[in-house]
This record gives sequence, C-alpha cells and structure tokens, in this order.
Amino acid sequence: MLHAVDESVTPIHIHDMTVAYHKKPVLWDVDLAVPEGKLVGVVGPNGAGKSTMIKAIMDLVPKASGWVHIYGKPYSRMRQAIGYVPQRESVDWDFPINALDVVLMGRYGHVGWVRRPDKIDRELAEEALEKVGMTDFGHRQINQLSGGQQQRVFLARALAQDAQIYLMDEPFAGVDAATERAIIDILMDLRARKKTMLVVHHDLHTVSQYFDWLVLINMRIVAAGETKDVFTEDNLNKTYGGQLTVLSEAAQAVAHHQRGL
Amino acid sequence: MPIISGVYEVIWDATFQLVLLGSLLIGATSGTLGAFAVLRRRSLLGDALAHAALPGVALAFLWTQSKALPILLLGATVSGVVGVLIIEAIVNYTRIKADAALGIVLSVFFGGGIVLLTHIQQSEVGNQSGLDKFLFGQAASIVRTDLYVMCIVSALVMIAVFLFFKEFKGLIFDAEFLSALGFSQRVVDLLLMGLIVLTVMVGLQAVGVILIAAMLITPAAAARFWTDRLHVMVLVSGILGALCGALGVGLSALAPRIPTGPVMVLVATAAFLISVLIAPRRGVLARWVRLRANALRENGQHFLRAYLALQTQDKEEVVLADLASELQLPLYRVRRLAKRLGRDGWVNTHNGACSLTELGHKEANFVVKSHQLWEYYLVYRSILEEDHVDRPADEVEHILTPEIIEQLELILAQEDIDVSGDIHKMGSGYRRTGKDE
Repeated sequence: MLHAVDESVTPIHIHDMTVAYHKKPVLWDVDLAVPEGKLVGVVGPNGAGKSTMIKAIMDLVPKASGWVHIYGKPYSRMRQAIGYVPQRESVDWDFPINALDVVLMGRYGHVGWVRRPDKIDRELAEEALEKVGMTDFGHRQINQLSGGQQQRVFLARALAQDAQIYLMDEPFAGVDAATERAIIDILMDLRARKKTMLVVHHDLHTVSQYFDWLVLINMRIVAAGETKDVFTEDNLNKTYGGQLTVLSEAAQAVAHHQRGL
Repeated sequence: MPIISGVYEVIWDATFQLVLLGSLLIGATSGTLGAFAVLRRRSLLGDALAHAALPGVALAFLWTQSKALPILLLGATVSGVVGVLIIEAIVNYTRIKADAALGIVLSVFFGGGIVLLTHIQQSEVGNQSGLDKFLFGQAASIVRTDLYVMCIVSALVMIAVFLFFKEFKGLIFDAEFLSALGFSQRVVDLLLMGLIVLTVMVGLQAVGVILIAAMLITPAAAARFWTDRLHVMVLVSGILGALCGALGVGLSALAPRIPTGPVMVLVATAAFLISVLIAPRRGVLARWVRLRANALRENGQHFLRAYLALQTQDKEEVVLADLASELQLPLYRVRRLAKRLGRDGWVNTHNGACSLTELGHKEANFVVKSHQLWEYYLVYRSILEEDHVDRPADEVEHILTPEIIEQLELILAQEDIDVSGDIHKMGSGYRRTGKDE
C-alpha cells in the first residue's frame, strides 16, 4: 500500500477488489478508503459498476479478489453498522404490504431469526417514517404511493436500521423536487451526526452542491477525494469516455461548479 | 335412494369423516403455503415437482412391493426433487430458459411415470395397488394411518410458516435486503422450497399429481383479490383451501366414481372466479364501476362546458343538436346526457333545447374553474409540495386538495390570470369521444 490507512476510523476500506459476473469483470482492482462523516457521491456512466460496488461491500455479489473492511472488520461482523437503500425498481411494489411494514424490515437485522419485532422496533419504524415526512402513509398499501413516496419509504427503512454507514443506490432517481429536497435534508442531518454515506448519483448538475466527497468510477476508480479536487473536466472525460451528450453536460456542470467557487 | 338421506348417511359415515378431515388438512396446508409460492413466483415449480413425483411413486412400489403411503411418498419426494434439481441445472448450465426447462423435465418425468404405472397395472400384484389414484387423486383411499401422516406434515408446515413468517415476507419482498441484514437467502429459500415439497407430496394421494399445483395456486390467487396484507392473504388462502378440500370431497362423495382432485380444483376455481368478479377495489366489477363513474362524470363535465361555450348573451337556451356537434357526439347520446343531468337538477330540457338551472350554472362554473386550475397545476406542480397530493388510484378530483387549490390560486393571482370561469379562454379539452350515458 502506498499510504497507510488507519482502519479503526475508516468506515469503508476496499482493497484490491475485483468483481466479475460470469467471468466478465465489472469492477477492477478497486482501492478505496472512505473517510468518516462524509456524504460521498458515487458517479459514473451506466454499467460502470456503481451498484456492483455497493453490493460487493455487503457481500451481496461474490468478489473475485480483494476484501472490504468496515471499521477494520469484515462485513459479516459489522452488518448492523450498515444501512442499505436499494434501487426502487429492485422490488415488486404490488406486494401485499403497507409502508410501515416495509420500514419495520429495517429492524429485522436487530431482531434476528424467528423472533418478532417488538414495540420498541415498531416505535423506531414510526419514528423513521416521521423523519421522511410519511407518518400519515404508514398504513397505505405500497402500490398506492407515488414514486417519491416509495423512495422515502425505502429511506425510512434504512433509517430504521439505525446504522453508522448508509449505502444508497440512486435515491434521487425518478423522484419529485420536493422529495429530492426532503432526502437531501435527511442526508445532511445524518452527516451532521457523523454518519458516513455512499450515494450512487446520476445528476452531474447537483454533484458539487450535494457531496463533499466524490468517487468517479468506470469499471475502476477513476478518481476519489474531496469534490473540489476531483470534480474536474479532465476527470469526467476519463470517467465518461466518448459519451458526448454526457460530456457537454459535464462541462456545463463543471463550469457552473467553478463559477460557484 | 332419495338424495337427502344419501347425504345424511355419507356425513355420518366414519370413513367419510376421516376422508373429509384429510382433505380439509390438505386444502389448508396447500392454501397457506400457496400464498408464499404464488408471491415468490414459484407456483409452476410446484407443478413440475408434482408431475416429476409420479415415477418415484411407481419405482418405490416396484422396489418394495409395498403400497404404504410413507414409502410411496418418499419415492415421490425423491424423484420430484431430482426433477426440480435437473430443471435448475438446465437453466444454469445451458442457454435454455426456465419455461422450456420446466416443460422438458415435467413431460419426461410424467411420461416415464405413466409407462411405469401401466407396467405395474398389467403385472399381477399391480391390479390392486391403486397407484393410478395418484393421477387424479382419490380422497376415499385415505386410511387412518394416512391421516396421521397428513396431520404431522400439516402441523410441521403450519408451525414453520408461523415461525418464519417474517423471513419469508422479507425474502419475497426484497431478498437482497434480507441477505444484507444477515439472513442467508439460500437458507430461507431452501426452507420455503422444502415446505412446498412437503405440501405437494402430502396432497398427492387426494388431489393427484396432475392437479395438486392448482390447489397451491388457485386459493392464493383468489385470496390476493381480497386483501393488501400478507398475513391476511395467507389466512384467507388457507381457509379457502380448506373449504375447497372439504367441499370437493363432499361433492365427489355424492358421485363416488368421480375422482376428488378435479372436483376440489373446480370448487377452488369457482372461488377464484367469484373473487375476480366481486372483490372490493381489485375486482373486475369494482374496477368497472369506478371507470364508469369516472366516464359519466367526465361526460357530464364536458356537456356543461360545451353549454357555456355555446351559450350567447341574449339566449339562455342551447339547442341539443348544436351541443352534439360541439361535443362531436351522436345526438341520441347528448339527449341521454341531458336527461341524466336533468335528474341531477342541473339541466332543463324542452323541445330539443336545454337550459341550465341555477345549480347547473354553479356547477358549470366550478367545472370550468377547476379545469383551468388543473391545467395550471400540471404546469406548476413541481414547485408545489408533492406531499399534499393524495392519490387513490385514478380519481382526478381527489388530486387537487384544498391546500393545493389555495396555493394555485395564489400563483394565479400573482400572475394576474383570470380564473373567473371565462370559457373562451379554455382549450377544447372536452372534445373527447368517450363513452357516455
């Protein structure tokens, strides 16, 4: 290693990780040490391996090589330190369940096998719903929620996990402006409480506004560090390769970012 | 023999009570587990499992020369599970997709089973074996020891469902999240599959390999129409299954030569059809009533707006034929519409012309205004709080809550837009050819 990493204070430390689907690598030699208490954006083109990286951290996809440490320990011993917001499209929203029950699933890890969530779990779930402004929708069947409301329910479920680190896969995808604001407020609040967040994000325009740390990724880590150092046209060029429309968008976003400095 | 005394005799018969209890248990178990199987999209796997069990039944008999139920079911389980494993192997190691793999394995195993069964029937011991009952099921062949097996298996399944309810719910809704929490997805999935295997096997004797999957699928599919909560669905599905089992046996007892399996399935299908039709909210009728109420209201609103557009300063009346051409509807439909609005007290019709009552004018102005507000809502909604939007399905008028209307009116006031209901500023949104009265 080029630089020593103090693992006990490093929420996520990925070392030399390669992930392959059917022998085709989707992530190469990822080395990353995410600092504590940062709101970290993960940005890159489609198929860059953003979701895969998040899933690999939680052992949801097998690693071909390398390891991940959560505060210096393997994930299997640190599960309760991590909260997860998957992509909204990953589940069937016609499933017979109401919003509160979905949020309650965030408590399952604490409850353990066979036992039922108790009154305290229920209160925590209701609290989480309240934080995302969905108190009145707890007993609503989930297919009767708008896309933004469904996303808030997913966020509430992660909040109910009461974790130190939150991994979020495109929490802003397909939500209305009000929900996007509500979510970003919650993320800022989590950051103020020294939580660490890794957030897959698509909208280059809001990158510099939302994230203080940034990981640019395209099958490998292109750049990682403070947003002000990493969010440059050169780095975005490397990340997005020849995708012209994205690039012009990126140039605009960077120009906007630099004007703002 | 009169049928009433026939029924009476049958019900008090000890064998019949045994059979009834057995079918009730089978129905309850398959109904309960079916809810999970259907939601997990594993219901066809239950079908493959059952069909693939047939050669196992025959082989177990040939090998042991015994027709004791536990032995036959053990054979059935082994060959059923082998069949399912082959399906998974085909899907994993070839380019053949799941449906084709399922079709191949199901038919090969079933074909093999039929060949073995025919061979047994033609041999000497085979005649009395009663193995052919496994095709369509014969609940009447249930004996006391069979019932013990059924009781044990049903109890096991029910207890497991009770204990692992939370895990199954998590697995089916969001398997990845469940694994992230530390519940092994493989273990929970295997557990659920194992229970499905047990359920299918214990039902084989009474329902038969061909139709047992229907007892897994149909009550669950029917139950889904009545509720939006998983535990209620599981309960309803279990009760429905039990009812179908009992009714199926009861009905087929009246005509002893009819196998029980098909009768049970027909009863279950009837329950399903009734659910599809009359279930509140999800049912076809409820949906139809909703759509129709919407269409009627919409057409009424179009009528009122067209009236305002055609009305001139000096003449209160509007000729129906003019309305028809404005609305691009046939005259008879406009006439019917006017009649219906007349019943609401909004429109007076006389001699092919109509006029609005005071109430009608009020309503028409309201319609015009809310239509305009709606258009502005679509333009400005991104800056309004989405939280306040309440959307029970397709009911447009619920979308604009009083708070939103208030906000909209503020915006409109700032922009100095007239919402007094001047029809001549409106687009021609009502020129639609929807269904009407």
